[in-house]
Amino acid sequence: MRSFYFALCVVWIVHANQAMSSEAGMPQLNTEYWVAQVFWLSVIFSVLYLIIWKIFLPRITYSIENRKSRLVNDLDQVQKLKEDSEKKLNEYNLIIEKSKKDAKKIIEDNQKKLDRDIENKKKKFNEEIEKELSAAENEIKDLKKSSISNINHIAEETTAEIIKQIVNTEVNKSSVSAIVNDITKKEMEKNT
Amino acid sequence: MALNPMHQFEVYKIGPEINFGNINLSFTNASLFMLISATLVLSLLFFGTKKKSLIPSKIQLITEMSYTFVAKMINDTVGSNAKAFFPFIFTLFMFVLFCNMVGMLPYSFTVTSHIIVTFMLAAIVFVGVTIIGFVKHGIKYLELFVPKGVPIVLLPLIIIIEIISYLSRPVSLSVRLFANMMAGHTMLKVFGGFVISLGLLGGWLPLGFSVALTGLELLVAFLQAYVFAILTCIYLNDALNLHH
Repeated sequence: MRSFYFALCVVWIVHANQAMSSEAGMPQLNTEYWVAQVFWLSVIFSVLYLIIWKIFLPRITYSIENRKSRLVNDLDQVQKLKEDSEKKLNEYNLIIEKSKKDAKKIIEDNQKKLDRDIENKKKKFNEEIEKELSAAENEIKDLKKSSISNINHIAEETTAEIIKQIVNTEVNKSSVSAIVNDITKKEMEKNT
Repeated sequence: MALNPMHQFEVYKIGPEINFGNINLSFTNASLFMLISATLVLSLLFFGTKKKSLIPSKIQLITEMSYTFVAKMINDTVGSNAKAFFPFIFTLFMFVLFCNMVGMLPYSFTVTSHIIVTFMLAAIVFVGVTIIGFVKHGIKYLELFVPKGVPIVLLPLIIIIEIISYLSRPVSLSVRLFANMMAGHTMLKVFGGFVISLGLLGGWLPLGFSVALTGLELLVAFLQAYVFAILTCIYLNDALNLHH
């Protein structure tokens, strides 16, 4: 490593010597082309300045301003759209609320109507049932009555037959029926 | 001698010798690289502003970023009343930046490593700023040399110091750029020479230095263009807003 640094120093000295020995130090101080440099610098710089000033800067300004105004516009529009949508949302909510209320009312109305209908139908039905019941009762009563008279008749005939068999004589029919009637009446009163 | 690190700064004429009367105005390699730099600036701006699209392309983004960079620099140092000088400072910044950057290419010529070029630019700034100051404030511009709140006993001394510092502005402005560029390029050349002369065995260390220095020089190239432009802005601020 030490030998490396030594070599570096040697090379440095050689270079420095070469730099020193090869004539005049700084070419920058050679005045031969100073005027030419100033001339060409002025020409090139002025042309560059004019072109940038007159042509390119307005273009860049336009581009940047355009973008800026576009952004501002877009932001404005976004704000506006947001407000609009909020308004719409509110309207929508109102409509929904109203329709909910309406629906509830319709349901209630229908419920009431149905209840009333059911009530009516029930009443009518009950009346009909009662009617049928009373009709059936009447029928039963009639049947009872007729059956009683039938029984009386059968009893009279049987009684008459029995007496005929026992006594072997004809019995007055009306007296037999009077007795049977009397007994059945007594029996009926006992039952009821 | 190609090994001479100063050889890269030599100026020689290209094409015929142009004489205007007694004065030699020949087109030189320095003029060629000025022209190349200016052309590069113009082509960047041309392609950057060709399609003024809402969503910028890369090259459009670069132009607009350099625009806003310079605009912000002027706005921060001078204020909004310097809009009229924006084109000049923008041109100055772009020209110096591109001259520095083109100089970083191997075998190219660094225009800004010549004191006469940087001094010319600094002189334009100095004369321009002085004229602007006098046009805007008249004779009151001389108040620049009289700081407020200084005891009267010290005033003569202060005024002399202020005048000297004012007059040395173009010198410091030009020497700063010129010296930075020249020193950087000389160093690069010296280390490049080491790489060759130490060969395969020992050339790696100076090669590493060369690579690092190239990065540093790219930074310096940008930084010096920025410093040149921002100092111009500061001088302009003195001329436009006379408050000390």
